Amino acid sequence: MSLLIQYTLLYASVLILVALGGCFSEHSGVINLGLEGIMVIGAMGGALTLKALGGYPVIVVIIVTVLASAVCGMVYSLLLAIACINFKSDQTIIGTALNILGTALATVIVKAINIANNPDDVSSNVQYIQGKKAFIINIGSFQLNYFMIITFILLIVAYILLYKTRFGLRLMACGEHPQAADSVGINVYAMRCSGVLISGFLGGIGGIAYITAGVSEWKFENGVAGFGFLALAVMIFGQWKPHRIALAALLFGCFRALSNVYSGISVLSDLKLNSTIYNMMPYIISLIVLALTSRNSRAPKAEGIPYEKGMR
Amino acid sequence: MEKTKRSLLKNQGFQSFIASIICILLGLLIGYIVLLFINAEGATQAILVIIKNFFKYPSAGAAMKYFGSTLVKASPLLLCSLSVLFAYKAGLFNIGAAGQYCFGAGICLYCALSLRLPWFVCMVFAMLGGALLGIISGFLKSFCNVNEVISGIMLNWISLYTVNTLLAPVKEETSHYTLNIYNVNTDAMLPKLGLDKLFTNNQYVTLALPLSVIVAIVIWIILEKTKLGFELRATGLNKNAARYCGMAERTNTILTLAISGALAAMGASLFYLTGYEQWSVTSSSVPAMGFNGIAAAFLGGLSPIGAIFSSFFIQHITEGGAYVDKTKYCSQISDLISSIIIYLCGFVLFMKTFMNNMIRKSELKKGGNE
Repeated sequence: MSLLIQYTLLYASVLILVALGGCFSEHSGVINLGLEGIMVIGAMGGALTLKALGGYPVIVVIIVTVLASAVCGMVYSLLLAIACINFKSDQTIIGTALNILGTALATVIVKAINIANNPDDVSSNVQYIQGKKAFIINIGSFQLNYFMIITFILLIVAYILLYKTRFGLRLMACGEHPQAADSVGINVYAMRCSGVLISGFLGGIGGIAYITAGVSEWKFENGVAGFGFLALAVMIFGQWKPHRIALAALLFGCFRALSNVYSGISVLSDLKLNSTIYNMMPYIISLIVLALTSRNSRAPKAEGIPYEKGMR
Repeated sequence: MEKTKRSLLKNQGFQSFIASIICILLGLLIGYIVLLFINAEGATQAILVIIKNFFKYPSAGAAMKYFGSTLVKASPLLLCSLSVLFAYKAGLFNIGAAGQYCFGAGICLYCALSLRLPWFVCMVFAMLGGALLGIISGFLKSFCNVNEVISGIMLNWISLYTVNTLLAPVKEETSHYTLNIYNVNTDAMLPKLGLDKLFTNNQYVTLALPLSVIVAIVIWIILEKTKLGFELRATGLNKNAARYCGMAERTNTILTLAISGALAAMGASLFYLTGYEQWSVTSSSVPAMGFNGIAAAFLGGLSPIGAIFSSFFIQHITEGGAYVDKTKYCSQISDLISSIIIYLCGFVLFMKTFMNNMIRKSELKKGGNE
């Protein structure tokens, strides 16, 4: 049972981080469908850093890895910001392009590094078994992961930033009614740009948290298995509000964790269901949940519409 | 002379063509720069290998044979891109094409290998399966307000796991690939119509090739010349105006995604029923074909006729990527190039506005001088 809680918390942390990223971007008025790609790039930056930092003290490893992932995510999200805010491109096309590009780019980079180190190694795997240990604190049989703590802190920061600061309220204004925001002197472009960059920051950290959650090496050809989109479902289910996102993420995290640990729970293993059922579960649940909750969605009003000065 | 040239530049189709060429050139250039970063020595050769693909074979016969192989994979890609662009015309982004393709592959292989049905029945069942997925997405979109991109992605993963389970009983005992149709049920193979002779006896060149082009033309006719096509395009341009004119917006959404799903699934059956490749029941992601379809659709300027050429081009560089020197680079470099092309396609609107502004400025200048 403690294993189930442990994995639930881990996957929930990932979903919270990435869904908060989506939340900031959408509150500023930009739909970020590229979260999946941002996660892959963040994960790649983090994994390569982890691998390089094998023997350093724990605190250094954690800080440097998390920062590396966040920076990679932010740089990558700039591609979305420039295309969608400055050039007014279709946000769906660019988001999709970023997802496909993320996996392709990470595969090419990781393979290039692997081939350079050893010409016979043509895999796209990165191993970080040593570095990964830095993130784990054992409390009895329960493994507390630093990402859970980081997520908890960032969740509180996000809540305060969004609802209690001038920046957050202005950000939300740009997603609801950018013309009104502009008329009182808020720079809509800058606000939207910062919204996207925050989503890159959080998405990047989410990426490294995801790939270190269950395994100690990652094959980058596979991307992050639709987790970025699950996070978007969590965000919609959480009605774009940080505290509700956290609760929604716990629910989804639990279903995702079941596929890792169902064989250890006697009630579930007695059912003798095929393991693919558990693999499909998060996606099926999210479809059902979305079908039930999307009708009265409280999405930011101006999301997805490029802002043009002087347009009514 | 001057006048005809100017009107050509103003032509929408011509502008799309120029924009696509710019996307391709920039995509290849960025790909080249990435290659330079990885290993400067072989970069020029590698990019040439990608562009050449089958032309690298010195004998005409071999080149023709591999040209055939590229065409075999370009046909399903064309159908995937038709699927994407058909939905896009109605304002829907069918990223679920990848899952519909995957589901179609599962159903047609199951019908062929387990139920031993002839090829056209397999294809029809696959299309119905793809249409079903499309209907689910469409229903969720029009009645539950679920973004079709998110439901599409969820359905992609659900269909991947379903297909892996469905095909597990018909896999080879020693490997994780499904049985070869050629050995099990030759009735399920697509007829060759003698086309294989044209491509130096490439046994995989079949009816799929002409059929995919015919489908592209049919889709063009539906979009441009029928009431349904007009309604779909009107809905895509302005949903509210279309509804105001009395067009059944919800039914149209579901119908569009159903047709779109059937197209992607048909693409899968056109590929897997040639026996060119078998399905691996341990696949951990949906085939890239559906996503490449997005690239081909936008690169072809969202026109079914343009898609014929862009699908071939995307498949051409994807195949070319397989020939790069594996001790220095990896074949995914062509995935990278096609994803950069999709990204750049997002800028097409900007490029067109820029071109129009240029034309207007030069015209104004002329008017001022006269």
